[in-house]
Amino acid sequence: MAADPEIRSSIFTPEHEALRTSVRAFVERELAPHAQAWEEAGDFPDWVFTKLGEQGYLGLAYPEEVGGQGGDYISTLVLKEEMARVGSGGVGMAVAVQTDMATPPILKFGTEAQKQEYLVPAIKGTKIACLGISEPNAGSDVASIETSAVRDGSDWVINGRKIFITNGCRAHFCTLVARTDRGLIDDGAQSQGGTASSINPRKPAGHHGFSLFLVPTDTPGWQVARRLDKLGMHSSDTAEIVMDDMRLPADALLGVQGEGFQQIMWELQGERLVGVAGSIAGSRLLLERCSEYAKERTTFGKPIGKHQVIAHKLATMATEIEAAGALIYDAAWRFGNGEYPVKEISMAKLYGGIVAARVANEAMQIFGGASYMMELPIQRAWRDTRLIRIGGGTDEIMREIISKLMGL
Amino acid sequence: MTRFEIFTPEHEALRKTVSDFVAREIHPHVEQWERDGDFPRELYRRFGELGLLGLKYEPEYGGSGPDLIADAVVNEELALCGSGGVAAGIGGHKDLGSYYIYRFGSDEQRRRWLVPSVTGEVIGALGVTEANAGSDVASLETRAVRDGNHYLVNGSKMFITNGSKADYVVTAVRTGGEGHKGISLLVIERGTPGFEARRIETVGWRTSHTGELSFADCRVPAENMLGAEGQGFIAIMKNFQWERLIMALGAVSAAQRTLQLGIDYARDRTAFGRPIAKFQTWRHRFADLETEIAAARALTYHAFRKFLAGEDALREVSMAKWLACEIGWKVADEALQVHGGYGYMMEFPVQRAWRDSRLGPIGGGTTEIMKEIIAKTYGF
Repeated sequence: MAADPEIRSSIFTPEHEALRTSVRAFVERELAPHAQAWEEAGDFPDWVFTKLGEQGYLGLAYPEEVGGQGGDYISTLVLKEEMARVGSGGVGMAVAVQTDMATPPILKFGTEAQKQEYLVPAIKGTKIACLGISEPNAGSDVASIETSAVRDGSDWVINGRKIFITNGCRAHFCTLVARTDRGLIDDGAQSQGGTASSINPRKPAGHHGFSLFLVPTDTPGWQVARRLDKLGMHSSDTAEIVMDDMRLPADALLGVQGEGFQQIMWELQGERLVGVAGSIAGSRLLLERCSEYAKERTTFGKPIGKHQVIAHKLATMATEIEAAGALIYDAAWRFGNGEYPVKEISMAKLYGGIVAARVANEAMQIFGGASYMMELPIQRAWRDTRLIRIGGGTDEIMREIISKLMGL
Repeated sequence: MTRFEIFTPEHEALRKTVSDFVAREIHPHVEQWERDGDFPRELYRRFGELGLLGLKYEPEYGGSGPDLIADAVVNEELALCGSGGVAAGIGGHKDLGSYYIYRFGSDEQRRRWLVPSVTGEVIGALGVTEANAGSDVASLETRAVRDGNHYLVNGSKMFITNGSKADYVVTAVRTGGEGHKGISLLVIERGTPGFEARRIETVGWRTSHTGELSFADCRVPAENMLGAEGQGFIAIMKNFQWERLIMALGAVSAAQRTLQLGIDYARDRTAFGRPIAKFQTWRHRFADLETEIAAARALTYHAFRKFLAGEDALREVSMAKWLACEIGWKVADEALQVHGGYGYMMEFPVQRAWRDSRLGPIGGGTTEIMKEIIAKTYGF
């Protein structure tokens, strides 16, 4: 039976694989040696961004006009996968916020001036970005966002609170979601005037009630209220932000007023896809470690991998990783070709997240007592990986989206 | 220029043809055929007339290929017919019996058995499994001893799809010593003295014939050997890849249909004042099942691409086979659950999906065997 020369078995081209080799070498040489220290410090230095920027890695899929490499979407996926080799999940997450969460809306919806001010330096790594969506009372339920932006002359005055903001403590700017809806306040006398106090924060705005803003973090009124202590992802900083009568000029608005909800829904697709791609890349590394360990470690006179239950456990992990990878690549292929496959991305995030967390948990089991010791990195992978089932929309939110798209 | 998408517009056009054929000529009869425990022989000829048995072969053997992707389309669509046994009966002929003749037979053997198989005039089967040897092929015991221009065959075969109705059975026999090197393939025709077949009742796949074959001093002409003596084991291992791929493809396809059965029922049925499909627990379970089917499909297509591209796909095919079949079975169990009491009644088709899909994790190598193979590829 002849092979079919027309079919290729991977979304990655030889060029992507060459890029992978370069990124891997860079990560292993420049970043991975610091993982332990960064975990202990609970932070990593800003030079990581500038060094990645110098290599062109922060702009792989951005056009050359804004300083990018002009590559396709698949190339940014390569970066996310290889960042798993840092061995500290927080670094990859912080970089993903920079490349695939906070900045794509600037390319897609921003003015030329905004691109020059924020996107170009973000690609260089000289300005660090964060993304402000979640609030104490609004996560995936974006429509419940209470942070308000109210016109005052030509300015915007913003009040509110954001939480779980990755890079929030050190960011130079924030891509912020706020309510700009004023139509829903018509139920009382206070509806006149249009000042900050005239928005009823308890009342959900319509889907056209939100807008995006680009906020320099040195704007008076922007305040990092606290740095949050997390279960995992220790090397990344996570902030709670308070905005108190923060005044922005008219040109801080990103894209069209009132379209922020749709814009952020679009952003979330890329966020979920790179997030889960990075997690499954981590699972592949864990499987390699488990496989090596199962050959070295002996019990009852033979390597544990020669005990059938461990061999089958590894086979199960490998299969689920391969399935998750295939699902992610299919979705990425479509997303990269300009489609908007919300259902497929949600399924990839859901399935991949569950598999990644399960694989990490099984890795703990295979390593036995050693896995529970802080000196081995298995526990870190276990803690770091747990986030994928929560961040960027929980498993339960994914099921809501998928079932809605199934017409249920 | 290579492509990542497996199916071309031509394949999709074929899919439409097969889908219409299944809807028109198979699906309306399924309930009756299930009651009969059989489907008519004529169906093979209809498949032949439509050219659906020759997609893997060149025109000289009556085919229109070779196009394995087109052939896979047939399996995907046939899996939607609602009767696992029909898919198994056609598959046992198309992808096992006659495909062995093509892959391992001489030109003369192809003209003798393959050409009438492509038209559906004769039906083929594959006989490897024995009462004491399934995936452990190397331990099979049916013996074939050379006697002049013949082989004298003694032994028995178990769980042979189409076995009790096939016109010929590609039979794995031991012509040499112990182990895998002693195994060869003989084509044994129905009616050969000493060859008897008994149909075994099965819990699912009830329209297909599952046979127990016995050979008692059965004289088979030496020219009926496929390939060289001692090459049988390698041939079997090679075709396992195709068999497992189409099982995965069929399992994914059937799972999608079974899920739809569950969803349709959940939309109709109300409890506590609303359709049960609107309860969050079911919405989320359906979302999970849809997701797991998508994952199985992505993995299966990934394995299929590697196979088509001529790469070593042993690991990926083994992965796809077990995951897709396990998910197929899980989906059927959940679809039965959402039907509640009705799911347990024979008049609802979901019970059949439940019984039929249960074979997935067993046939063609169990899930446990797949994991053994996968673990071996990692050095365990």
